[in-house]
Amino acid sequence: MAVPDAGTAAADRAGAPARRVARRPGRAFSVTRLPGFGLVAVTVFVLLYAPIATLIVYSFNDAPTISVWGGFSLRWYADAWANQQVKDAALRSLLIASFAAAISTTVATMAALGTTRRGRFPGQTFIYVMINQPLMVPEIVTAVALLIFFAAIKVATGYQGLGYLILAHSAFCVPFAYLPIRARLESMDLSLETAAADLYATPWQTFRRVTLPLMAPGIAAGAMLAFVISLDDVIITEFVKSAGQDTLPTYMLGKLRRAITPEVNAISTALLGLTVLLLTAFFLLTRKRG
Amino acid sequence: MGQRSDGERNVSEPAAVEARDTVKTFGAGEQAVRALDRVSLTIRRGEFFTLLGPSGCGKTTLLRLIAGFESPTAGAILIGGRDVTAEPPNRRPVNTVFQSYALFPHLTVAQNVGFGLEMLGRPMAEVRATVERMLALVKLEAMAGRRPQQLSGGQQQRVALARALAPAPQVLLLDEPLSALDLKLRKEMQGELKRLQHETGITFVFVTHDQEEALTMSDRIGVMSAGRLLQVGPPREIYNRPVNRFVADFIGESNFLPGRVERGAVRLGSGDLVSVPGLPPEGTAVTIAVRPEQVRIGAAGEPGTIAATLTDAVYFGTDTHCHLALADGAEVVARLQSPPSGEIGLAPGARVGLRFAEGAVQVLGD
Ligand SMILES: Nc1ncnc2c1ncn2[C@@H]1O[C@H](COP(=O)(O)OP(=O)(O)OP(=O)(O)O)[C@@H](O)[C@H]1O
Ligand SMILES: [Mg+2]
Repeated sequence: MAVPDAGTAAADRAGAPARRVARRPGRAFSVTRLPGFGLVAVTVFVLLYAPIATLIVYSFNDAPTISVWGGFSLRWYADAWANQQVKDAALRSLLIASFAAAISTTVATMAALGTTRRGRFPGQTFIYVMINQPLMVPEIVTAVALLIFFAAIKVATGYQGLGYLILAHSAFCVPFAYLPIRARLESMDLSLETAAADLYATPWQTFRRVTLPLMAPGIAAGAMLAFVISLDDVIITEFVKSAGQDTLPTYMLGKLRRAITPEVNAISTALLGLTVLLLTAFFLLTRKRG
Repeated sequence: MGQRSDGERNVSEPAAVEARDTVKTFGAGEQAVRALDRVSLTIRRGEFFTLLGPSGCGKTTLLRLIAGFESPTAGAILIGGRDVTAEPPNRRPVNTVFQSYALFPHLTVAQNVGFGLEMLGRPMAEVRATVERMLALVKLEAMAGRRPQQLSGGQQQRVALARALAPAPQVLLLDEPLSALDLKLRKEMQGELKRLQHETGITFVFVTHDQEEALTMSDRIGVMSAGRLLQVGPPREIYNRPVNRFVADFIGESNFLPGRVERGAVRLGSGDLVSVPGLPPEGTAVTIAVRPEQVRIGAAGEPGTIAATLTDAVYFGTDTHCHLALADGAEVVARLQSPPSGEIGLAPGARVGLRFAEGAVQVLGD
């Protein structure tokens, strides 16, 4: 976008000002022509990606420090791969994220159906706010609340398993799964379901044959987003987990408290790779069809 | 089911569709909209019935009530003599062609057309055969494997038609199915629809706000305004015997002239007397209506004519519209067939004598 526009902008500056005024309004203003736009854009990109680039580069560093380059090597990946604690944490992370994505997507799908496949109803805005509440409440507040809440349950039942983490993750993933599903449903004309009913489909058949296939990309996108969000969580996990229930992010946090080694870089880079993969799939699924 | 035939009409053959005192109100309290106001209507089996009326008069609402997408606030809907008021759309033997077509974007043309039969649980072989027959009927055999998005507007329209016809419904409901098409395609589809109705023998309930479309296609027309059904009848009757000023004005063009009954004729504002049979009692204020093509122009001063002055002549190709002023300034439009030269031989300001064709004058209530 910015490259061809820069050429036009230069041409415009050279031309008479009167000609620029005569242009159509949509064309007349472009943020890319504001002074300093290029500088700001470059700065933002550098700030965003330079640290990540450094992280990736040093994950391949042969030296045992994270500040001196000692040649290319995959030893930190090998170390991480051989580390049983890392493997356990990674598996736990994937397990929790899978369950959390499945549960939250199911709940979010039902919520999205309930809030979009019908006319406006009283309390609609309130329901939206309720569903999206985890996006607005500070995570640390939710974390403390869950800690206290689950502690009581742990005492009462004696159950110490991963269920708490799965439940907690499922809960805060709901809005992330909900938003793409709802966006998808809102772009779908309600008249398709009306047409199905007109063609003798029962409500269940209508859902199975029309609504579900059409909303499937939204559901997949929601599930992926939920998965990534769960995979990435630190605060709530840190508060809710019992002993020996480290996920990859909390394991890394614990490790960093003691010593900073390129092994953490390697794990981070692997996690980044997985996330990028999933988010790419997410964007492919949600982008508008030409 | 209980009150099958109340012995009103033909007991041996129940009407295709019957609406009884149907009321539909949207919203409640202050903002309540009465979209249908005690509409009673009988649509005969096998007929091409058209609902005609201006935007917002309740045509779509009536169609949606018949299809079952809405339920009436009061009254009943019967299809083939069966009371279906409480039945959901999927249990009513009617299919709809939607204005927006509402084709399933994730299914092919063939799957779209076969959808209804599949939902009815028909065997696959039968579904396939019917789909083929339907696609042949709408001349889309070559498009069977395409998605709706890959079709032109007219082709999508025909898929929507084939999809609605495939389950052989008792009644086909069409909500302004041609309004998205350009004029040429529209004319073509009008013929196509008539042909399909003829070939299938299915009752068509067609919605339009285009009076010409209604007149040329329908067996009978129901004219609606503001939630009410004003008149039901064959096109000729609607056109020549409109029950009130609204219908006369909405269907075609009319000259309306106010007057008063005097000595068995109507005394116009201009002082001229127009004789009309079947008048209300002496002294009643009435309005007479005459179609522009029923106004004859003759020489001024001819006995039995109304004196008028030509104010303007507008050439329309086949026709020329002559705007005339009566003695009191009331305007009358006469539609003349244009002569070969294109000149009617009268200049604005010319004095002429008007006559209304035999039987062409209507006396309207309000
Ligand atoms: N769901 C609804 N809620 C509220 N009012 C409605 C609803 N549907 C229709 N109406 C109102 O009912 C009246 C009749 O609407 P309807 O759609 O039947 O008109 P129509 O004759 O089909 O018009 P058009 O030719 O524009 O399609 C209108 O005043 C409309 O605003
Ligand atoms: Mg309508």
